[in-house]
Amino acid sequence: MKFRIIYSIFLILFIFTNLLSSEIVDENKIHKNLRCLVCQGQSISDSNSEFALTLKLVVKDLINEGKTEEEIYNFLSEKYGDWILYKPKFNLQNFLLWVFPYVFLIIGALIIIFLIKKSSKNA
Amino acid sequence: MQNIIKIVTIIILVFILSIFFVSLSRNTNYNTEYLIGNKLSEIKLESFEKETYFTENDFRNDDFILINFWASWCSPCRVEHPILMKLSKEKKLKIFGVNFKDNKDQAINFLNDLGNPYSYLAKDQKGKQSVRFGIYGIPESILINGDLLILKKYIGPLNLDNFDEIINILKSS
Repeated sequence: MKFRIIYSIFLILFIFTNLLSSEIVDENKIHKNLRCLVCQGQSISDSNSEFALTLKLVVKDLINEGKTEEEIYNFLSEKYGDWILYKPKFNLQNFLLWVFPYVFLIIGALIIIFLIKKSSKNA
Repeated sequence: MQNIIKIVTIIILVFILSIFFVSLSRNTNYNTEYLIGNKLSEIKLESFEKETYFTENDFRNDDFILINFWASWCSPCRVEHPILMKLSKEKKLKIFGVNFKDNKDQAINFLNDLGNPYSYLAKDQKGKQSVRFGIYGIPESILINGDLLILKKYIGPLNLDNFDEIINILKSS
C-alpha cells in the first residue's frame, strides 16, 4: 500500500515537472539552435557579433510576447531561411535528411542478419 | 541475396556521390534573395526626427519605395550614397532610410556632408526592427512596390548596375 502511494506521488510529480518544463521556453536552447549568419560555424550563443547580439534581443522579446520555441523558429526562418536553424525542420524538403539515417540503419541491420545467418548455415 | 547486397551498395555509393556533386556545385554564399516576391508586413519603425512610427500604411500611396539600411559608421554606405542621391531624383521612387544602430548627431552630420536622399527617415537603434526585414548587415536595400511586395533585395553597397536595374524597373511599370 505504502509503495503504491509513493509510486503515485512520484508519477504525479514526474508528469507535472514534464508539463512545466515543456511550457518554459529555454532561451539558451534557442540561442544554440540559431546560426550566426555572419560568423564562421558559430551559433548566436557562442558569438558576440552585432548580429548575434541583435538576434538575442529579438528572441528575448519574442519569448516575452509569449511566443513558443516553434513560433520563434518559424518567425526567424521566414526572415532568414531555414539556414538559420541548426536543427533542420521536418518537412518535405528535408524529408530525406531525416529519414535516410534510419533507412541506412535498417538496411545495415538486414545485411548483418543475412551474413550471420549465412555463416551459421555454413558452420 | 548477394546480388541484392551488391545492388544496394551501388545505390548507396551513387547516392553519396550525387550528394557530394550537388553540394559542391551549389553556390554556398548565403543571401536572402529568396525574400523577393514576399510581402512586407508588421512594419513599425520609429521616425528619426519625431516620436512617431512609420507603418505599412505610410507607403501604400507610393509607386516604389527603396528601403535603405545605413549608418554613419558604415564605410560602404558612403560608397553607395552618390547612387542614392541619383535615385532620389526619380519621381516614381521614394527612398526610405533606416538609420541602423547609429549616433543621431553623427547621422545628421553624415547627411549634411553627403546630402539627404531620403523621403522618409527612420531609426532602428537596437537593430531589432531590421530583423523583420531579414537584414544581417548594412548597407542593404529592399525595393518594394505600393503593395509592399519585395521586388529586389540588394546586399552590400548599391552600384551602377543596381542603379540601372532599378531605373529599368521604374520605367517598365
